[in-house]
Amino acid sequence: MTTHEITTTRMNPMIDPGMHIWGWEIPVYLFLGGLVAGFMVISGYFLFSGRFQESRHVTCFRAPLTGLILISLGMFALFLDLEHKLYAWRLYTTIKIASPMSWGAWILVLVYPAMAIMALIHLPDQKHLPIRVEFLHKLSQSLRSHEGLAKTIGAINMLGGAILGMYTGVLLSSLGARPLWSSSSLWLLFLVSGMSATAAFIHMVAPTKAERELLAKADNGFLSLELFVLALYLIGLATTSDVHADAVRLLISGTYAPVFWIFVIGVGIVIPLGIQILAVNHKVKHTSIPPLMVIAGGLILRFVIVMAGQHSHWSNAHGL
Amino acid sequence: MNSISRRKFLKITGTSAGALAAARALPSLPFANDALAALHEEQGEVTTIPTYCDICFWKCGAIAHVKNGKLWKVEGNPLDPLSRGRLCPRGTGGVGAHYDPDRLRSPLIRRSVRGDEEWTAVTWDEALDHIAEKMLKIKEQYGPEAVALFSHGIGGNFLKHTFKAFGSPNISAPSFAQCRGPRDVGFRLTFGEDVSSPERTDIRNAKCLTLIGSHLGENMHNTQVQEFADAIEAGASIIVVDPRYSIAASKAKYYLPIKPGTDLALLLAWMNVIVSEKLYDADYIAQYGFSFEEFSQSIAQNTPEWAYPETGIKPELIRETAREIARYRPASLIHPGRHVTWYGDDAQRSRAIALLSALLGNWGRKGGFYYPVSMDLPGYPYPPYPKSEKGKVDNPNQKYPFAHETITTGIREATISGEPYPIKGWWVYATNLFHALPNEQDTIRAIQNLDLMVVVDVIPSEIAGWADVVLPEATYLERHDDLNVEWFRDPFISIRQPVVKAPDDQKPNWWIAREMANRLGLESYYPWEDIEEYMQFRLEKGGYSFDSLKEKGIILGERQPNYFDEGVPAEFPTPSGKIEFYSLQLTEHGHDPVPVYKKPDDPPPGYFRLLYGRAPVHSFSRTQSNRVLMDMMNENEIWINADIAARWELKSGDRIRLKNEDGVLSNLIKVKATERIRPDCVYMVHGFGHTSKGLRFARGRGASDSQLITRYKVDPLMGGTAMNLTFVTFEREA
Amino acid sequence: MSRYAMVIDTKKCVGCMDCVVACKTENNVPEGYNRDWIVQDVMGKFPDLHMEIRSERCNHCDEPPCVHCCPTGASHVHERGGVVLVEHNKCIGCKACLASCPYDARFIHPDGYADKCTFCIHRVEVGLLPACVSVCPTHCMYFGNLDDPASDVNKLLNSRSHHAVLPEAGTKPHIFYLT
Repeated sequence: MTTHEITTTRMNPMIDPGMHIWGWEIPVYLFLGGLVAGFMVISGYFLFSGRFQESRHVTCFRAPLTGLILISLGMFALFLDLEHKLYAWRLYTTIKIASPMSWGAWILVLVYPAMAIMALIHLPDQKHLPIRVEFLHKLSQSLRSHEGLAKTIGAINMLGGAILGMYTGVLLSSLGARPLWSSSSLWLLFLVSGMSATAAFIHMVAPTKAERELLAKADNGFLSLELFVLALYLIGLATTSDVHADAVRLLISGTYAPVFWIFVIGVGIVIPLGIQILAVNHKVKHTSIPPLMVIAGGLILRFVIVMAGQHSHWSNAHGL
Repeated sequence: MNSISRRKFLKITGTSAGALAAARALPSLPFANDALAALHEEQGEVTTIPTYCDICFWKCGAIAHVKNGKLWKVEGNPLDPLSRGRLCPRGTGGVGAHYDPDRLRSPLIRRSVRGDEEWTAVTWDEALDHIAEKMLKIKEQYGPEAVALFSHGIGGNFLKHTFKAFGSPNISAPSFAQCRGPRDVGFRLTFGEDVSSPERTDIRNAKCLTLIGSHLGENMHNTQVQEFADAIEAGASIIVVDPRYSIAASKAKYYLPIKPGTDLALLLAWMNVIVSEKLYDADYIAQYGFSFEEFSQSIAQNTPEWAYPETGIKPELIRETAREIARYRPASLIHPGRHVTWYGDDAQRSRAIALLSALLGNWGRKGGFYYPVSMDLPGYPYPPYPKSEKGKVDNPNQKYPFAHETITTGIREATISGEPYPIKGWWVYATNLFHALPNEQDTIRAIQNLDLMVVVDVIPSEIAGWADVVLPEATYLERHDDLNVEWFRDPFISIRQPVVKAPDDQKPNWWIAREMANRLGLESYYPWEDIEEYMQFRLEKGGYSFDSLKEKGIILGERQPNYFDEGVPAEFPTPSGKIEFYSLQLTEHGHDPVPVYKKPDDPPPGYFRLLYGRAPVHSFSRTQSNRVLMDMMNENEIWINADIAARWELKSGDRIRLKNEDGVLSNLIKVKATERIRPDCVYMVHGFGHTSKGLRFARGRGASDSQLITRYKVDPLMGGTAMNLTFVTFEREA
Repeated sequence: MSRYAMVIDTKKCVGCMDCVVACKTENNVPEGYNRDWIVQDVMGKFPDLHMEIRSERCNHCDEPPCVHCCPTGASHVHERGGVVLVEHNKCIGCKACLASCPYDARFIHPDGYADKCTFCIHRVEVGLLPACVSVCPTHCMYFGNLDDPASDVNKLLNSRSHHAVLPEAGTKPHIFYLT
């Protein structure tokens, strides 16, 4: 038997012995980004399909508004992660085509007006608002009266959401030095996972049974798709090269395997999917438990991918 | 240090020769070399001051860069023959010595029991008056010989002067009995001369280089490593004998993973092959050899087949390497090593290396051992030193007949026993005896017998912790020291001069020595006020320009012959005047005239032989508070063979303690499970595992080999302490 | 046109770390951080071993992922010699470049910006060698222009067998190791 011993004298903080440049902030940011992307797509869809006239859908106002809050939280998490915070404004002095981080900065800027205007289309009753904002209501009515415009706004949000969702995956997959991330299906995984989390979220908070049912069905679709995309992602990496196969091993049999199998696959996808299938078939009641599991699973997925990805490496200098 | 008389060589003709040599010595860069000034303008006001390094004792010429009044970096002096413009990592990291946050800052007087490290900061006057009073009292009661000095490096020159003036001959350094002594004795017995330091090894011209336990590249003596790289580049055949796959081993054509303690068997077998196959230099031996016949008879039994079970090296490989060594003679160099106090037969093993060298005819020949030269610089005219009636204390009745330097452990023994006469005062300069001498309990016992214990150091070393008075010395970057008139391939003089001011109340050694002398009534031995006055006097008397030396850092002499064929007379100051293959001196004193192999003890089951060595970024135990160097390596590791580690369920990064056969436990040390070492021994870098409270950063990092070395053997020829005899086992933290 | 590169002779390198120390003092690299480092790569079973010693640092790649992924343009390819540099006042500390580097050659400086080897461009611009090269006691490091056929680096690359680290990562690294 021959052995291979590699000794390095380098000991840089956050880099050695294993990379740990990103803590909780980036997974949270990616998760919230995916969630908000889902909000944009689903709310946009409701808008596009003309359902915004039906006031019972939470998707019409509360979802975009919640999205605005969540994306702000996400950006704040990202900001917390920056090491050179005083220079954050530098993001907006340039557009770097090759840098997904740069697109992301600009996408986030566009997400705000898109969601804000979508929220405006269906404002709740005056009595639910703390202050009277007459001009907003006028604006809202005016938007609703132009159905074509409203549908366009819906379409823009669907598109913007899709881009945002994809971006959260591309951000990682563009960093080719981390084999676990260098997959062409990571954007799809994060997009689908974002959609399923959003569906679960709306499922949970929707006031009417019909909406809950609708979203639960949608969620089941997204979760099934997510399982498929996950399989695609893992198989794709495992068959790329031994470096990538090593990286996948981190998830399926390595350090991160317990979390991956139990929380991401089990708690996050398979169990809630099973419960929700029973629920939509009226075998069990709709509860908040499966959607909470899906949301938690989505968050944990981002954590696992971000953490394991940092440990995946081209050389085995870090003792994979 | 060396009492042999050597040839003195011509003076240089002044600055023009130096400048010419400087132009030659400049490296050829792919870019213009004169734009340094531009960079300096860009980066702030930079001044450069030449000096020579003191991170180890090689004394490489350096140029310190001071940016806006603060020490910035230290580079090699291109004029310097030792560094050739490139320092080793320790020299480059020398800035860390100046900025060391843990360094000593003012004189300290002990206020608790010895070793407690409780101090009162005092003024220099208080400290020196206190010491002078005690020294005079000891002199009155026991004679001046009762104060001994342990001093390592050129920095101690003036203290030695003060001691000789005081009347004590007991001046010693661990560099003899704990380091290169056996080597120099072995070579003296053979060729009549030492290998000396810097070693006279002509590595760069060697076509075959054999290293026996010498780990060049880890041992970072600058010139040797540079020449080692030159030899590699020139395609020299390299043979490495080491129980550990060292850096050097990775460069070798032949790597011989020898069983520790059996090197002499291998050497004898090599000589047996070379003699029996008549591969030796017959003309050289006929011309210069003494009693070659008797020698060949005594090694006739030492065949490769005989050596195989001892060394673990297959007979074919022994034969093949013997032929390889002989093939390139005389440019075939067997490196004699430096720290060679290993197994107790060290002087005889070194003599075997000398004998093998003699067979190859490489002494005085290109690619072998050259003849070092030096410049002729007059000394300062002092009054004669008083003659000691009692003589030296370390080696009563010439117990170790071939010890030509003072034995540190001999002084320690005398301090404990009071025989042949009592020693009541110790001065320790720049040598951390707790890490240098084996069996620290003996060192403590000796110290407890003292009336006065003074330590001069830059950092609060372990030995400083046991002092009555600690005197903080300025670092080499903040002080003058004596002129370095080096014995080397090329003759030169170099200067050490202050680059920056000492940050606190630290003083240079020459000042301490002079102040001390003045307080001891020895004013007449210091007719000069300031060291610059002393230097100027010597240089001008020798016909050199002090200003030029201050400006350039180096005065180069003219190239002189280094080899017999260049005109060096082939003289061997042995009793026979020849190379002594068979030594009647040894017979007279009851020792083997030709080295005879003795089997080493094997470790008991579950124990491993503890070997130690150097790291390229540290010097002994004196650089572990240099934060630049600690940034490179801040603890040592215990190398354990990967299979053994697996058997003990240890993996790299685990922290264990080592326990020796006397039950002494080491500090926690990190495991390095590696293929790079034999299964019967373990290895660590020397100098770590500090315990001194004052070494806030270094303390507790890694383990100390010297703490574990409680058992040692003494070389019967010269009193060297053999320190590779410790067996350790592993203790896991509960 | 110039494209700077380093050629390092692993046969001569003893891994003494002088290059690392010199970089630290020259560039004032903070304690605990390394712009360059030594790798010892050991293959085999005792005593039949082979060891390659490499002084490693930023490879100043022709296809630098760290430059591509930088959202602000702080990481850029300098016109002089194609050296990859970071403009501190443009860097937001997002660490994408750290993640993008297959060599892990970058780190976040305690002041918050991404930092790495600069090939000592401040020295090179005034005709000096990079600090690591200029100090190496074994003379195992060579620095020069890949676009100059007469440069030392080209001569060595043409005459000796060599390899780069992780060429399969596709970044076209500019540090070559003679074997």
